[in-house]
Amino acid sequence: MKRLLLTAASLIAAPLSAETIAITGGTVAIGDGSQPIGGGTVVIANGRIVSAGAGVAVPAGARVIDATGKWVSPGIVAGVSTLGLMEGYGMDEVNDTTASKSPFSAAIDVSTAINPTGQRVATERSSGITRAFVIPAAGNTMFGGQGAVIDLGADVDPVTKARAFQYVELGEDGASAGGGSRPAAYVLLKTALAAAANPASADFAHKDALITRQDAEALGPVVRGAMPLLVHVERAADIRAVLALKAQYPAIRLVLVGATEGWMIADQIAAARVPVIAAGLLDLPEKFETMAATQSNVGRLTRAGVTVAVSNADISEGPYESYLTQYAGNLVALTKLPGAQGLDWGQALASITSKPAAAIGMDREIGSLRSGRRADVVIWDGDPLELASAPTAIFIDGIAQPMTSRQTRLRDRYLDPVEKNLPKAYER
Amino acid sequence: MVFNNKLKFCMATALALSACTGGAAPKSASSDSPPPGKGKGFNHDPFPSTYRAYPGVPTAIVHATVYDGEGGRIDDGTVLIADGKVVGVGGADLAVPAGATVIDGKGKWVTPGIIDVHSHLGDYPSPQVKALSDGNEATAPVTAQVWAEHSVWPQDPGFSRALANGGVTTLQILPGSANLFGGRSVTLKNVYARTVQGMKFPGAPYGLKMACGENPKRVYGAKNREPSTRMGNIAVDRQTWMKAIEYKRKWDKYEEKGGDIPSRDVAMDTLMGVLNGEILVHNHCYRADEMGIVLDMAKEFGYHVTAFHHAVEAYKIADLLKANGSCAVVWADWYGFKMESYDGIPENLAILQRAGACAMIHSDDQNGIQRLNQEVAKALASGRRAGIDISDEQAWTWLAINPARALGVADRTGSLKPGKMGDVVLWNGNPFSVYTRPEKVWVDGAMLYDANNPRLRPVSDFELGQPGEGDVK
Repeated sequence: MKRLLLTAASLIAAPLSAETIAITGGTVAIGDGSQPIGGGTVVIANGRIVSAGAGVAVPAGARVIDATGKWVSPGIVAGVSTLGLMEGYGMDEVNDTTASKSPFSAAIDVSTAINPTGQRVATERSSGITRAFVIPAAGNTMFGGQGAVIDLGADVDPVTKARAFQYVELGEDGASAGGGSRPAAYVLLKTALAAAANPASADFAHKDALITRQDAEALGPVVRGAMPLLVHVERAADIRAVLALKAQYPAIRLVLVGATEGWMIADQIAAARVPVIAAGLLDLPEKFETMAATQSNVGRLTRAGVTVAVSNADISEGPYESYLTQYAGNLVALTKLPGAQGLDWGQALASITSKPAAAIGMDREIGSLRSGRRADVVIWDGDPLELASAPTAIFIDGIAQPMTSRQTRLRDRYLDPVEKNLPKAYER
Repeated sequence: MVFNNKLKFCMATALALSACTGGAAPKSASSDSPPPGKGKGFNHDPFPSTYRAYPGVPTAIVHATVYDGEGGRIDDGTVLIADGKVVGVGGADLAVPAGATVIDGKGKWVTPGIIDVHSHLGDYPSPQVKALSDGNEATAPVTAQVWAEHSVWPQDPGFSRALANGGVTTLQILPGSANLFGGRSVTLKNVYARTVQGMKFPGAPYGLKMACGENPKRVYGAKNREPSTRMGNIAVDRQTWMKAIEYKRKWDKYEEKGGDIPSRDVAMDTLMGVLNGEILVHNHCYRADEMGIVLDMAKEFGYHVTAFHHAVEAYKIADLLKANGSCAVVWADWYGFKMESYDGIPENLAILQRAGACAMIHSDDQNGIQRLNQEVAKALASGRRAGIDISDEQAWTWLAINPARALGVADRTGSLKPGKMGDVVLWNGNPFSVYTRPEKVWVDGAMLYDANNPRLRPVSDFELGQPGEGDVK
């Protein structure tokens, strides 16, 4: 009930558009795992999806957008992102992702710092990304803090849901942030959860207290199951240890992030009904804990019945949210590779739309074109998973978004690089 | 001290050898040694390639779409491979020699093997533990004395992924960018071997890795020493080139006229190689303004910048790069991950191509190297949306002949031309589609990857007996 209220509150804060829009004639991909529908229609009203699919009637008075020859999909949902929290790496002055000098960890709430006007928000939006899970990195402990779900709209109100989940590093990174070893990190995690479950038992005032009152309070919703706990973990043995947490805290809503060796224990993850936000294409033993990395991880987990979302984390320099469609397309390519396990097209699109939403319990709100969802809709000039495709129109909460960014401005200035009668600084 | 003695021994040996073959040059006044001749004062190839091509069978790929890597395209084409070489490329009318293995390429594409001109595989291998971190000799801003090949771990699992997923057959391993002069690069064939010499591309020239901008100034600024600024970067660069010119003058004099043998300096050997045109400069440099400064510095000291790597702002000075004959080596769309990459745009490659500048893709990444064809597909599409019309086959030059030229090996690989190495990829569809993967990869005519045959998939020593060994990866 409390969650419902929160959702309603954030709805009121979101910019609403009363405009009724019907996007007709395009290949419609719902994003729920189903296959695309030729010649479909998507109807938007009051910032929400009214209906989408074949044989959908165009309401009287609707603005009709002809998408014949194009594709229509839900906006892409980035499952692991720093959008709005940092402008770029190597620019510490504009990096709010981590706080190793803070006394706080789990209590940190990133929603207070999201900057919707950073360059990356508009750039990634123009690639069809409409929502992102903004995740703080581990700081003074393995807890990163409370992440937010944001939209990438060109407005001043980016936060879809504040305090949407708690984030914790286990495995190798957790060992480092949690005191120096995996077992040390587990002791700290269990101590923190115990304090959260029963704050009266904890002595926060003691000089050796391992957790502050504020951090324990922030973890309260986690142990009660009101807030998902995203746990970054890679090695199969570490995943087993995380799943065991449910024995002590049955209400806890675990989500595995990474889970590169998840395929080795796919049945156990499926049986525990724990969703996974995976990196997607990692196939190198870049760490000892990802020794069994394979691009078939997502396909095998999905086949085992696990809800798997694909993120862009840990795959390349960026990481850029714009790569998500490329990764999803690659998972389809695997279906043609002997011995490999990939995703069919519908599953692949779902892995970057409704599946990440489902992983944190928000798939009734975002991530697909099913009725009632927020109208995050992208019209593409081709198959959205193809490398050559790009959005031609983007709607967030039913509102048409600008298609320009700093990148398009630079492109226009330098299409002809030669300086003319005035310096380039006068061309705009 | 042991090392010094060894060095002296090698020098004496090299000198003795060159003295034996030097002919009857006149003796100088100050020494009995005859001049050894230009470039012969010491051994320039002390770690020679022992790479050997593996055996293949005469092969004909027929009915495929062929991109030749130099901008040519043949529909319903035939590619013939024999004796390690490409021996024929033509249309459906090209005769298939009797006895050749015939592969039906209908619905498939054939291209030359992909060349990655910027990789750290082996130097920053997987797993990325400190014990294997051998890519940056970040102990002084000038380390022209280090050679990347002396760090390459030939068991890096990354080589196999680059082959099987990326169709990469040749790659340049560079030392990292912590230093202004990072050291020598090495060009490898993507074929596992027990030693790095066994992977070395025979006869490929060395490269010199240089770096502009943020990395050197950050690394040494943090150590409270020069350089800590961009002006410090250029100051140390210029001082170093001045030393190199002096070093070269001594060796030129000795090699031409004889006399006292100059002292060897391993770092200066490399810089002299650049000044002599034997070693190619690969300069990590993001910003247009910094590339402009480097081009002037190169003129000042009489060297040529073969290529600017990570050149995210190359599009701003496409005309300047063209005028100087320097290539731009770029990512498709990386941007904003550091201040000097803030102005990256996905139309970079297309704008360079339209301006007639030499351009190519690179990965600098153990994951990106597995999808360079896809990176080019994105860059090509971005260019087309901006109104720049480039054909698919022209865009393949960014993956093939252009990087081959930047590495100085274009006479041997980088395109499907008769007589070139049999470095060939058969793709199971259009290689600019996300749904396509390499089906077969040949290196020097030997089939070293076949998606349909798990035995033709290399597993490095490191992965043997580990979780996931032999899995499809």
